[in-house]
Amino acid sequence: MPTVAKDGMRGLAVFISDIRNCKSKEAETKRINKELANIRSKFKGDKTLDGYHKKKYVCKLLFIFLLGHDVDFGHIEAVNLLSSNKYTEKQIGYLFISVLLNDGNDLVNLIIQNIKNDLSSRNPIHVNLALHCIANVGTREMAEAFFNEIPKLLISKEDIDQVKQSAALCMLRLYRAAPDLLPSGDWQNRVVHLLNDSHLGVVTAASSLIHALAEGNPDALSRIVTSTYQDLQDYTYYFVPAPWLSCKLLRLLQLFPPPSEQARLIECLEVILNKAQEPPKSKKIQHSNAKNSVLLEAINLIIHLDNDAVCPLLVRATNQLGQFLNHRETNLRYLALESLAQLAQCDFSREAVKKHLDTVIQALKTERDVSVRQRAVDLLYAMCDRSNAERIVQEMLAYLEAADYSIREEMVLKTAILSEKYATDYNWYVDVILQLIRVAGDYVSEEVWHRVIQVVTNREDIQGYAAKTCFDALQQPACHENMVRVGGYILGEFGNLIAGDQRSAPLVQFQLLQTRFHLCSSTTRSLILSAYIKMINLFPEIKTNIEDVLRSDVLQKNSDIELQQRALEYFKLSAISASNTEMLATVLEEMPPFPERESSILAKLKKKKPAAVKVIESPTNGHGDDKAKSLPVAKMSNDPPMPAAAPQQSSQDLLVDIFATPNTAAPAAPAAAEPAYGLTNMDDPFGINSSPAAPPTAAAAPSEPPPLIDSHCQKFFLKNSGVLFEDENLQIGIKMEFRERLGRVQLFYGNKSSSVDISNFKANVESIEGLKISTHQEAPNTITVGSQFQHIINIESMKDFDNFPVLNISGLYGGKYLALRIAVPLYMTKFAATATMDANQFFQRWRGLEKPDQQSQSVFKTASIDREAGMFH
Amino acid sequence: MIRFILIQNRAGKTRLAKWYIHYDETEKQKLIEDVHALITVRDAKHTNFVEFRDFKVVYRRYAGLFFCFCVDVDDNNLAHLEGIHNFVEVLNEYFHNVCELDLVFNFHKVYSVVDEAFLAGELRETSQQKLLKEINHLHSLE
Repeated sequence: MPTVAKDGMRGLAVFISDIRNCKSKEAETKRINKELANIRSKFKGDKTLDGYHKKKYVCKLLFIFLLGHDVDFGHIEAVNLLSSNKYTEKQIGYLFISVLLNDGNDLVNLIIQNIKNDLSSRNPIHVNLALHCIANVGTREMAEAFFNEIPKLLISKEDIDQVKQSAALCMLRLYRAAPDLLPSGDWQNRVVHLLNDSHLGVVTAASSLIHALAEGNPDALSRIVTSTYQDLQDYTYYFVPAPWLSCKLLRLLQLFPPPSEQARLIECLEVILNKAQEPPKSKKIQHSNAKNSVLLEAINLIIHLDNDAVCPLLVRATNQLGQFLNHRETNLRYLALESLAQLAQCDFSREAVKKHLDTVIQALKTERDVSVRQRAVDLLYAMCDRSNAERIVQEMLAYLEAADYSIREEMVLKTAILSEKYATDYNWYVDVILQLIRVAGDYVSEEVWHRVIQVVTNREDIQGYAAKTCFDALQQPACHENMVRVGGYILGEFGNLIAGDQRSAPLVQFQLLQTRFHLCSSTTRSLILSAYIKMINLFPEIKTNIEDVLRSDVLQKNSDIELQQRALEYFKLSAISASNTEMLATVLEEMPPFPERESSILAKLKKKKPAAVKVIESPTNGHGDDKAKSLPVAKMSNDPPMPAAAPQQSSQDLLVDIFATPNTAAPAAPAAAEPAYGLTNMDDPFGINSSPAAPPTAAAAPSEPPPLIDSHCQKFFLKNSGVLFEDENLQIGIKMEFRERLGRVQLFYGNKSSSVDISNFKANVESIEGLKISTHQEAPNTITVGSQFQHIINIESMKDFDNFPVLNISGLYGGKYLALRIAVPLYMTKFAATATMDANQFFQRWRGLEKPDQQSQSVFKTASIDREAGMFH
Repeated sequence: MIRFILIQNRAGKTRLAKWYIHYDETEKQKLIEDVHALITVRDAKHTNFVEFRDFKVVYRRYAGLFFCFCVDVDDNNLAHLEGIHNFVEVLNEYFHNVCELDLVFNFHKVYSVVDEAFLAGELRETSQQKLLKEINHLHSLE
């Protein structure tokens, strides 16, 4: 029989034994009901029970409740116990109340009265009981009643340490329950002084309170006094001095920005790191756990500080954690992976983290606890960059094949993001996505396969490859529906690129899709129908085959309205096209490139795992791949993004009204000359839209002028507006209007950053031979965060000119000197004006051009057929 | 902070449940069942921390009992793990080689030990000497 203390409620022990000896649930219930009846009668009885018995019965009731049975009486007796002077009785009373208190109980007031009495008692044990009850119950009512009373206990000079400990944590609980009721007053500052208390228990408790208060109101508690430790004897746990307190204080420091005097702090952190590397003083796991808990908290603090001074510490921390990666203890491996993922995000330690790539990949393959493998995946995601992307994506794909279903979707998203972001060869990106679909098709969400189609549409060089790979994939026996969707779309758009090959002739492509057709859901089938009509346009030779399908009853009388409608309309469209060949071609022209917007994949990942996404959001340098079709411009107007054709349209309308009110002429024109338009393309995490070659920026003013940027000029040959230049900080848009020999160029300078202004900004364009340039509206001196300003110059063409005028830009971007020379894309053709003449006039002039130096001939290769079609139609 | 503390045996019987966040009775029951299901399938090759809903559970097994602390996600795992151990050592000292039955028959005393060591979901006292001194004193009172 286990020990029963001298006050031992014998009856209680017997009762508990009885219950344990019950052989069945029914027997137990029977015994309990018997006891409940007994207690009820005792409570109602004439004789008033003495304290001992009351306590015993209340305790029994409590036990019954904890077993899981309902107890709906006994509260009054419990409250009565509170007014007893005996500790044991009070304790049971308070315990019953904290466990069984229901809101709206009439007794609440009585309870509060009793607590008040105990709070002001001279006996610290009673005070503590009361405080504990308040903290355990922690309701708003309690807060209302007591919040203002407790600070006194906290800062009073007389009070005993135990009381202070309890009071501090009681305040914490009430603060969490009702933060708005927090009493004002000086006590908060006095609480901070408790950190200096010699009783470390008080310090521990106070630091928790201060942490919560500081989180809620960081400014109020900025003066944290560093404490001196005394008498650590009692607080050494397995040779580690006060580990929990150390952790708490380190955590508290993480709430505040780094102090101006960092030396002492860094010294402390170094000591902790040193201790971690010393041989252990004890073989017991408790020792190493305690030591490492402090180490890990210290590393968190180092990461938080994240400035130059702690750079060596970051590297040391990374190395230390690297050693843990191979530790025997699974716990340590897990924690190391977790911390390294955070370190991978700090600039200073990123390189050091990457060194452990092999170990992490090994962990991914061999760890038996799935949560450890998950941390390995997170770390791989965090440490991924151009140099190791291929390897990491490969490993993630391999892992995906065997992974838990619950984590597959997240892994698919991550793999898709990484492969797009770090792709040097977009063929590889296409391969990765298709493999994702093959391996985990069910978990490839819409955003992912939409994205791959967007990328393929926007990049001409991989369209053929994509068509071929999709074709091959569709031929596999087992083919996921997402694959059919992607394949259907790609073949519809770009099937012509592989139609030359016998094996992927148009008829074969069509039949391939047709075999899958009936196995698919209706959304997929709708998509395939759209592919079919595109095929009719591209491959007239199989028109009848396709029309047969469209004409079939299965489709034309299909219960799905979308399918029916598409089949009917496409069939009609095809039938009409026999007489009107133009129309089909126009309707089914190749899809224009997609405008850039924030990746929806990132958004989806953010929703799933808010912490993980922080990694990718910091803008990296766009790997300006020259082969990308020039993607449409930043929104200058507030219209929704339009494909490339539209901006050309609007500027031609402007030619009519050019110098009257330059900004209000066309409907698509931006609002009158005012800074701060909404800038889009600021969220361009993948930098696909960035123009090539970011200019060099020097810390001081450069001694020689920066190189001229002019590779963009060709794209403005026919266009008059677009993005002239873009890098991480600055985006320059341009809009040009011309009338005969006069031209006006509007430049829009946008500050893409969200925190740093561009100051001392100067921009000017010098006249060159043949072009007289004057400023109509000066460039701004400062470009504030997230806003856009205009700069307008007038141009007069005096005679023919050979070169581009240069836009010289200089400025200061947060201390860094900014200097750019950008060519303004003015071509002679822009100043050309139309002249109407009839055939006679024309030929007269033509025949007049007889002299030898008025003739010229040159032969050149065209870039590609499609591009020509785009330019000259 | 600690959201709740559970001591459960392998069969799923709860020997102690201390809640630092308000839940109603049905929620509590569900949480108890879920934690039990989560923990009992794990063995030595698993870590002592496991993600659970929006929090995590730090746990350790002592003989037939699982001591589980459900804590916030960003809490220091090892600190809580040792917090559990510290608490168990105190119980061990107080009950002279504690066993499950001690916790059953003296449940009301276990609550007072818990309140000395933890309050409002945070550590109140970590020194074993101080804890034992106080507890022994309290339980010697009438």
